[in-house]
Amino acid sequence: MLKAIVTVMLKKGIFDPQGRAVQNGLESVGFENIKGVRVGKQLEIDLAMDDLESANDLVHKMCDKMLANPVVESYSFVIKEV
Amino acid sequence: MNWGVLLFPGSNCAEDCFHVIDKVLGKPVTYLWHKDTDLGDVDAIIIPGGFSYGDHLRPGAIAHLSPAMSAVKEFAEKGGLVIGICNGFQILTEARMLPGSLLQNRGLKFLCQDQTLKVDNIETPFTSEYKTDDVLVFPIAHNEGNYYAKPETIAEMEQNGQVLFRYCNPEGEISDVTNPNGSINNIAGIINRTGNVVGMMPHPERSSDNVLGLSDGKGVFISMLKYLEANKQN
Repeated sequence: MLKAIVTVMLKKGIFDPQGRAVQNGLESVGFENIKGVRVGKQLEIDLAMDDLESANDLVHKMCDKMLANPVVESYSFVIKEV
Repeated sequence: MNWGVLLFPGSNCAEDCFHVIDKVLGKPVTYLWHKDTDLGDVDAIIIPGGFSYGDHLRPGAIAHLSPAMSAVKEFAEKGGLVIGICNGFQILTEARMLPGSLLQNRGLKFLCQDQTLKVDNIETPFTSEYKTDDVLVFPIAHNEGNYYAKPETIAEMEQNGQVLFRYCNPEGEISDVTNPNGSINNIAGIINRTGNVVGMMPHPERSSDNVLGLSDGKGVFISMLKYLEANKQN
């Protein structure tokens, strides 16, 4: 069995108001040396399959079709054996 | 002149749209279901606002893959009029029927207010009832209304007159101060290149019946009706 861990982030250069709010929050409680914060999402997909290569293709298709919007988001993923 | 209002699980402005066509325009209107693959004999499609599929993942991300949206695409490719309002706009961008995307409001707050808009292009089937630079009041109610597209896409859209409405103040001034959600160039509503698909965050259906105290939105539906009637005769 395989598990895909997909990370979806707003593309670089697109303002992330949520990340800015988190940065402001961290700074307001005294954390220093923060250059920037960006908030994204992580999806864990349990796959009923064992072949790593076809799982890789499948997760790419899922990301392109639904999980990420290529206009504003980029994605990356790792697939683990579980 | 048959109108269709497309329903998803979580649509919540469909009845308002239905009411405007049925009672304000007095025209036949029917609900379309997101699982329909045949949209029947409709001349115009309204994709209403709401929270289709609970806005999970991204607003419109799941709705745009529903069977009815393939039929809506075919309908639009044949020149049919499609208007997406609020969540409907988000669905149309997710479906790539309109350029760009709607990001979270830059102020991180859900905005629910009457909003002044300026009409930018009146030479479309959706805005012919207005005059250039008219200042209108439409309600807005959204969390992800911050319009974004790549700079080259924006430049192309501006050049082609694809921006229909911009956020402004009551004096009609368009600036960063009069921009409620951070949309590039204060964009509130756009049209596709072929001029038959519109997306807008403000709600014309909530400002179309005098009893609600706002009636500026009626112009959108009357423009569409006049276009449909003129083209039916030809």
